[in-house]
Amino acid sequence: MAAKPVLYYFNGRGKMESIRWLLAAAGVEVFRTGQVPMVEIDGMKLVQTRAILNYIAGKYNLYGKDLKERALIDMYVGGTDDLMGFLLSFPFLSAEDKVKQCAFVVEKATSRYFPAYEKVLKDHGQDFLVGNRLSWADIHLLEAILMLEEKKSDALSGFPLLQAFKKRISSIPTIKKFLAPGSKRKPISDDKYVETVRRVLRMYYDVKPH
Amino acid sequence: MSGKPVLHYANTRGRMESVRWLLAAAGVEFEEKFLEKKEDLQKLKSDGSLLFQQVPMVEIDGMKMVQTRAILNYIAGKYNLYGKDLKERALIDMYVEGLADLYELIMMNVVQPADKKEEHLANALDKAANRYFPVFEKVLKDHGHDFLVGNKLSRADVHLLETILVVEEFKPDALAKFPLLQSFKARMSNMPNIKKFLQPGSPKKPPLQEKEIPNLLAIFS
Repeated sequence: MAAKPVLYYFNGRGKMESIRWLLAAAGVEVFRTGQVPMVEIDGMKLVQTRAILNYIAGKYNLYGKDLKERALIDMYVGGTDDLMGFLLSFPFLSAEDKVKQCAFVVEKATSRYFPAYEKVLKDHGQDFLVGNRLSWADIHLLEAILMLEEKKSDALSGFPLLQAFKKRISSIPTIKKFLAPGSKRKPISDDKYVETVRRVLRMYYDVKPH
Repeated sequence: MSGKPVLHYANTRGRMESVRWLLAAAGVEFEEKFLEKKEDLQKLKSDGSLLFQQVPMVEIDGMKMVQTRAILNYIAGKYNLYGKDLKERALIDMYVEGLADLYELIMMNVVQPADKKEEHLANALDKAANRYFPVFEKVLKDHGHDFLVGNKLSRADVHLLETILVVEEFKPDALAKFPLLQSFKARMSNMPNIKKFLQPGSPKKPPLQEKEIPNLLAIFS
């Protein structure tokens, strides 16, 4: 059994990317191979993205100190998950639908999600979203911010606290390493990724925007 | 304030039904405030009660919780329905996420266009029979216990029962090939809190009827 967690997925972002982020932030090294989100870790073969993320967060103390902090983290992660979820099908859309979906996601980010997180940071004035210490919620939010900025580079304009947050979290050593070239972080899905997923899963040929 | 959790949603199953099931299974009494028109949702939004401008929202222990998973995780944790350690939680999470996929697939049937409904339902029932139910039958077979995880009632058991009953609404003999799931269903349905929830007059909601859809769209769009 490998001592490092083994990730089974396509060589692309999809649903595995949040898992790579969380493992990276926790400073955990991984191997990778093939198929659907599956992670071999601690003698278990874990499937279901949420189950995997919950386990990693719990194991590496990124899930708050008690039930109430976990509740907050779960709420915040739920929001960023919904937001990034709008982009999951993006690579599979037609060029025209991509434009529409892009506008849709940016609108949701700037009118619903970013204001919520900006307010959280404003209300408690702390560096991290929950419990004045780094948690899964912070990592997930950074991932979402960077994804949105790939679609609209000034997505954070009007959100000064989120801008400072982004800088701060990006400079945490494990995350800084993940953001540097040569890390396990995956680039934006390209045509090759789309073709591979379609071929292996035999689906996503006729994807409509949200 | 009564101290009971307060559920804010439309008077329908939707994304709140699993919360109703879990609270009921935990023996927790709760109140419901039903959204009946668009203005009701608008009021919650302008009150600042909804973190992402969405329901379900549950007032519980001084929090206004949103995001169905977060709400269910909190209730499960608080009432000891989430396993005894991280590894049991991982198993529970795997089972629950799989069941949520199936549940959502089945629930989507009512909103399919008329010419796609039958095919969609056949696909969903096929997945239930060939992908999901076999997994849970095997789990029960392999350890021989009454419950899915840790030889003790957890949210995974509650979600499994909920999902079985929803599938059976479309196909009454859906468990024909799954003897252990049949006895699981009988056992679970007989547990006092769940038995009470399954009786008329409980907060359990009936299946969505097509005629309700226009009003729901009016509230939520």
